[in-house]
Amino acid sequence: MKKYVLKRILYMLFVLLVVTTITYFLMHCIPGDPLTALVQKLPEQTKANYYAKYGLDKPVWEQFLLFLKGIFTEGTLGESIRYPGRQVLDVLKKYSVSSGQIGVTAVAIGFLLGIMLGVVSALKRNKLPDKLISLIAILGVSIPVFVVASVLQFVFTVKIPILPTMGWGSPKHMVLPILCMSLSPLATYTRYMRSSVLDVVNQDYITMAEAKGMSFGMIVRRHILRNSILPSLTILGPNVADVFCGSFIIESIFSIPGLGGYYITAVTDRDFPMIIGSTMFYTGIYILALLIVDILYVVIDPRIRLSETK
Amino acid sequence: MENKNLKDEQFRIVGCDDVEGERLGRPQTTYWKDAWRRLRQNHLAMFAMVLLLVIIFLTIFGPAISGYSYEKMSADMNQTPSLKHWFGTDSLGRDLFARVWAGGRVSIIIGVVGAVITTVIGCIYGSISAFAGGRTDSVMMRIVEIISSIPYLIVVILLSLMLDDSGIGSILLALCIVGWCPTARLVRGQILQLANAEYVTAAKTLGVSNWKIITRHMLPNTMSVVIVNLTFRIPGYIFSESFLSYVGLGIKTPDTSWGMLAAGAQGSMFFYPYQLLFPALMIGLTMLSFTLFGDGLRDALDPKLRR
Repeated sequence: MKKYVLKRILYMLFVLLVVTTITYFLMHCIPGDPLTALVQKLPEQTKANYYAKYGLDKPVWEQFLLFLKGIFTEGTLGESIRYPGRQVLDVLKKYSVSSGQIGVTAVAIGFLLGIMLGVVSALKRNKLPDKLISLIAILGVSIPVFVVASVLQFVFTVKIPILPTMGWGSPKHMVLPILCMSLSPLATYTRYMRSSVLDVVNQDYITMAEAKGMSFGMIVRRHILRNSILPSLTILGPNVADVFCGSFIIESIFSIPGLGGYYITAVTDRDFPMIIGSTMFYTGIYILALLIVDILYVVIDPRIRLSETK
Repeated sequence: MENKNLKDEQFRIVGCDDVEGERLGRPQTTYWKDAWRRLRQNHLAMFAMVLLLVIIFLTIFGPAISGYSYEKMSADMNQTPSLKHWFGTDSLGRDLFARVWAGGRVSIIIGVVGAVITTVIGCIYGSISAFAGGRTDSVMMRIVEIISSIPYLIVVILLSLMLDDSGIGSILLALCIVGWCPTARLVRGQILQLANAEYVTAAKTLGVSNWKIITRHMLPNTMSVVIVNLTFRIPGYIFSESFLSYVGLGIKTPDTSWGMLAAGAQGSMFFYPYQLLFPALMIGLTMLSFTLFGDGLRDALDPKLRR
């Protein structure tokens, strides 16, 4: 097990390096640089000084090597070009808190509720609860997050003004964004869970457990949940990243100072160190989520553990 | 035992001779006819299909029906829906009915074309990987793994900036470059699974040629999975496009799309909610129809999976 995790972590670092390299060179292929994004007429000498200060006059591969050196020797991701004095790492730390709070809560709510609804829906198959839940699930899958956000904002500003629809600070501000963001994961997990529970309920071991006289609650917890949760776990990893990407929109609609909005600004400003820093951050979280899911997999399903040690 | 009510002629054999027994009871159906029959019985899926056809019809002819150009401005600004302007007008006096359908054209083209292109690439890549096997297979799958480790939307954002000109073409390219990975995995898995299936082994034992096994067993059995996957990908692409346009990195004016219309209406949502309602409704309806239709298609093509 330890060896497996270690191997996965090494592989993860390798992927992160590859992704960083690709992004770095892609980024420098984007037409325009931080100066052109400023749209100011500057004398040639000023421009040259500016490029020299940030090392933009060097060839791209040399800049890349310097960037890597910065990470490994000083543990820094560089300094924002657009806002001199802001360290990329500090910005990431500062802005990722709000993004993380919303994102993690949203995924957690979506996952837990989705699992529950999926199980209920499958056990009450073709009855009223199933039909209602399926309706919610299909709406959740197919309505874009910004539509939901706009509708919620409209309702809570104009019709029932009990929750703030903008800004950040108190727990009250988090309710609507989290509601919006958890809808799509909730729907996805419900759909996955419903179909995998339907697969499991007809298995022999469920009949066996019933025959042994096991209580219904025990059967659900011990046998049905454990065996049907795997497909949902598989998509949990990618889902975390999706939610972070979805935060681009949610954060701008609800005016939350988060990383998503900052990322888009960095991209339009061509703020190279910020772009590469946030990309590494997002990719890191994504890969980490995949790793955690892989480990959970082994913990939950003994069959996988067996084939691993063989 | 004697029963007066039963007569001998009631026990005559009626119309069952040997020739009749060989007759085919009903016309033979192909796999696709059968699937179509099952699909027709699914009312929800048929409803979604009709809705989709109506939406597609309107995206083709809608701007012409409205009688307005989607980019022509006029003095009638921010009009609420009326007989003159069915969906009202926007802040520059442009007819929203024409704009919604003109935008729908872009959204649907990106959705459908994007899904088709990535599916084709994914099929080719996946089947090559499955047939080659060994080291080629594992290297090809490692590449897929690395590409899919990059958060999807980040790549799309960077690529769409790199390709710069912000037309349909560059957005499609950005979406397609990373979008084929899941399909490639799916197709590879399906082919590997089929190669071990009993009926393929049986066909091999009977001396059926490789070519015939591919066309007779591999293709039809992979097709259903691929087609269902395709239907589910289309709403994904429509969403990605509307997302990109929404944050201002996608389609640029004077072209328009549903995402752009929704983004444009977001600011004045509290004063002119109908401007947001129509594009949002169309995105929602289209994605919903594709999802429902995809569900129906999956049930029809793969009865084993039927719930």
